[in-house]
Amino acid sequence: MEKFLVKHFTLIRTLVAILIGVFITIFLIILISADGLYSLQQFFLGPFASRGRFSNIFENAAPLIICGVAIAFAFQAAQFNVGAEGSFFISAAVGTAFAVSTSMPPVLHIISILAVSALTGALWSGISGILKAKWNASELVSSLMLNYVAYFLGLYLINHHFRDKKAGYLTSAKLPSSAILPRLFSGTRFHIGIIIAVVVAILAYIVIFKTKFGYELRMSGQNVKFAKYAGINIFKIVLLSQVISGLIAGMGGVMEVMGIHHRFNWQSLPGYGWDGVIVAIIGRNHPLLIIAASFFLSYLKIGGQVLNLMSDIPSEMISVIQSIIILLITAEAFLGNWKAALNRKISTGGTL
Amino acid sequence: MTNILSLQNLTKIYPNGKIANQDISIDIEENTIHAIVGENGAGKSTLVNMIFGVHKPTSGSIFLNGKEVYFSSPNDAIATGIGMVHQHLMLAPDLTVAENMLLGMEPKRKGLFLDHKQMVSISRTISEKYRLQVDPTKKIKDIPIGVRQRVEILKSLLRNAQILILDEPTAVLTPQEVEILFSTLKELKREGKTILFISHKLNEVKEISDRITIMKDTQVVVTRDAAQLTEKEIARLMVGRDVSIERFAGLHPPGKPLLLVENLRYIDADGLSAIDGVDFELREGEILGIAGVEGNGQSQLSRILTGLLHATEGRIVLNSQELGKRTPRQIRESGVCHIPEDRMENGIAPEVGLHENLIADRYYQQPFSHGIFLSTKEVEKHAHELVKQFNISTQSIYSAIGSLSGGNIQKAVVARELTADFSVIIASQPTRGVDIGSEVMIHDLLRKMRDAGKAILLISADLDEVLKLSDRIIVFYEGTIAAHFSNVDDLTDKDLGPFMLGVERQEGAHGKISR
Repeated sequence: MEKFLVKHFTLIRTLVAILIGVFITIFLIILISADGLYSLQQFFLGPFASRGRFSNIFENAAPLIICGVAIAFAFQAAQFNVGAEGSFFISAAVGTAFAVSTSMPPVLHIISILAVSALTGALWSGISGILKAKWNASELVSSLMLNYVAYFLGLYLINHHFRDKKAGYLTSAKLPSSAILPRLFSGTRFHIGIIIAVVVAILAYIVIFKTKFGYELRMSGQNVKFAKYAGINIFKIVLLSQVISGLIAGMGGVMEVMGIHHRFNWQSLPGYGWDGVIVAIIGRNHPLLIIAASFFLSYLKIGGQVLNLMSDIPSEMISVIQSIIILLITAEAFLGNWKAALNRKISTGGTL
Repeated sequence: MTNILSLQNLTKIYPNGKIANQDISIDIEENTIHAIVGENGAGKSTLVNMIFGVHKPTSGSIFLNGKEVYFSSPNDAIATGIGMVHQHLMLAPDLTVAENMLLGMEPKRKGLFLDHKQMVSISRTISEKYRLQVDPTKKIKDIPIGVRQRVEILKSLLRNAQILILDEPTAVLTPQEVEILFSTLKELKREGKTILFISHKLNEVKEISDRITIMKDTQVVVTRDAAQLTEKEIARLMVGRDVSIERFAGLHPPGKPLLLVENLRYIDADGLSAIDGVDFELREGEILGIAGVEGNGQSQLSRILTGLLHATEGRIVLNSQELGKRTPRQIRESGVCHIPEDRMENGIAPEVGLHENLIADRYYQQPFSHGIFLSTKEVEKHAHELVKQFNISTQSIYSAIGSLSGGNIQKAVVARELTADFSVIIASQPTRGVDIGSEVMIHDLLRKMRDAGKAILLISADLDEVLKLSDRIIVFYEGTIAAHFSNVDDLTDKDLGPFMLGVERQEGAHGKISR
């Protein structure tokens, strides 16, 4: 029993952290709301109350998975590139521009838009990669700064060159129908993006854990001195991990445009890149766990929206809950004493 | 005699579940030199760290002068008159001797400004009182390691230490410095101090101590008067069986040179000359030992030979090809393997499984990979084989390698390196931190490799190891070769000492065989 607990300690710790977060949520909702029970019900069960809301969970999870996997690629190599947000945004803008200015048959159009966006994201994130690999510039700082550049550059591109002047608000022209991701269920916005996202995550899992490149990536991330000693080309790893990270995030951005809005209508950063950091941390940079973490976060977000609509509780509460859970998960020493006691029991055979 | 310190049933289990001490009971008599000996990993350091308040015992008690004491930090221990000199000295290199000695208890002028004059005079007084010579105005980084140790001892004495703990004090010293240290310890005993001396070197223990406690596998084997034990007996009790300390010469005469180093120089990023004109050759079927106090250019040499650093000047020829600016992988592929000196830092990725650590140099080759994919089956099979062949004790091949004991980590690194396809081995401190059993195994392996015609460069701070294994020895001092001995047969550590310290040198020494 103790051995089992120690072996799965990190998973148990994550679940306990989530549980504590949920209890704090319940406590806060009851404290704030005039009709606590109703609000609780809306928050926890609301996301399942209608077909539309249920579909929302899936729609929302897709970009989270994509961004989480993108971040995980860099984090696995110990490259703290947080530029998924910027890659996501700039690639969506460039992809939209490409989509509205070309015409192709449906499938081919979608594939080429995805390719253009992925390439844009890869190049964008590659800037931080090359700065790090060549001049040892902190990728954390450069990717953070590039997020702002991506934001203003993306807005400039859309608002000044590809704006729909008839729309009456700041947005790009509508995407041609050949560029729209097919929907899976009529009456919802449930599009094939979630399938693409899951496939990307599975591919990422295979690359990270089953290939030579993934081995090099993980060894460099775990101990760069060891990787050098073993003969691994660190320059290549530093650069490629960030390029691939941008490539994945870039696809995610344009998928939102093609699947949900059918226009580029963001005027502020949508924040998926940051949520990606969160799900990467909860999922401990493991692509398959990131899928689960993304669904969980998406569920919380939809619950928050329902709560906002149906009760007297502001949606900001959801941010509070998310933050508490993440704080608990990232606290390495959380439950550390318990683990020590378990270990003590194992080594002494329960005599102490 | 009265017991100044009495340990009763001390047990220590670390948070990761590792049992470091079990039921330790030792009485330490006042005004004696008491040695605690045992192999690496026997639990000596944990024990003294509990006495000094660094670790808290999981159970058991410590009595000082008959009264039970609880230390929650080293400060508590210091306050009751216990001082400790750590193996890795805890001094601030950029401060002077006097500043280090009075750290945290500096005399002040007007309650605000440091009184440097008084600091120097306090330091001088205590140094004269105990006849331990130091210059209080010198910076720590400018004085030799033996003198730094003296500063640590004085630092404890200044805080009224009655019990002085020394954790492997001789590990970093040359034979001559060891002699000076021992006369210091005898002097302190005359002054009425009690000394707790940790070591795994038998001859030293026998020479200096009054009483000896032998530890093995986290437990006390026996505590006895030193006079009642012979070196051989101590060794047997420590290891659990008889240990040979014989030399074995190579079976065949050495062959052609595989590695040739000429006029090698290395100037580091700070402009310091770490290697300053070194020439030597390494032949098939020989072990060339490099002796020297650590920090005299040995680690730079091993890094240059393996491609982790690039030489500033000079020529390295490996298997009759110029090394030039080849990458670590290219050098490995041309037949060099490397047991790195600091295995935790360079030899492993601690949180990764043992099985994946064992393929670090060969993961991209057949049969471990096919196309872009790793072959999990082959990786696992390989791990099972090495675990069996090298007797690595681990829960499973998937355990994070960092969770293994130090000796088993070293065995894993050695297993990986010695099963590579190589003709030259760069072995840096190959047995540092491993128990005697593993040490014997690694030594046997290196010998077998030599007899199979491999060329071995053995870099070690352990003189016994160098003397026991090498066919030739060169001594490094300040990045140069201070001496070369092409015949090791009647050589002792006392012969090497003066060269290691720079007191003597052979003019124009180099490690080439004149032809």
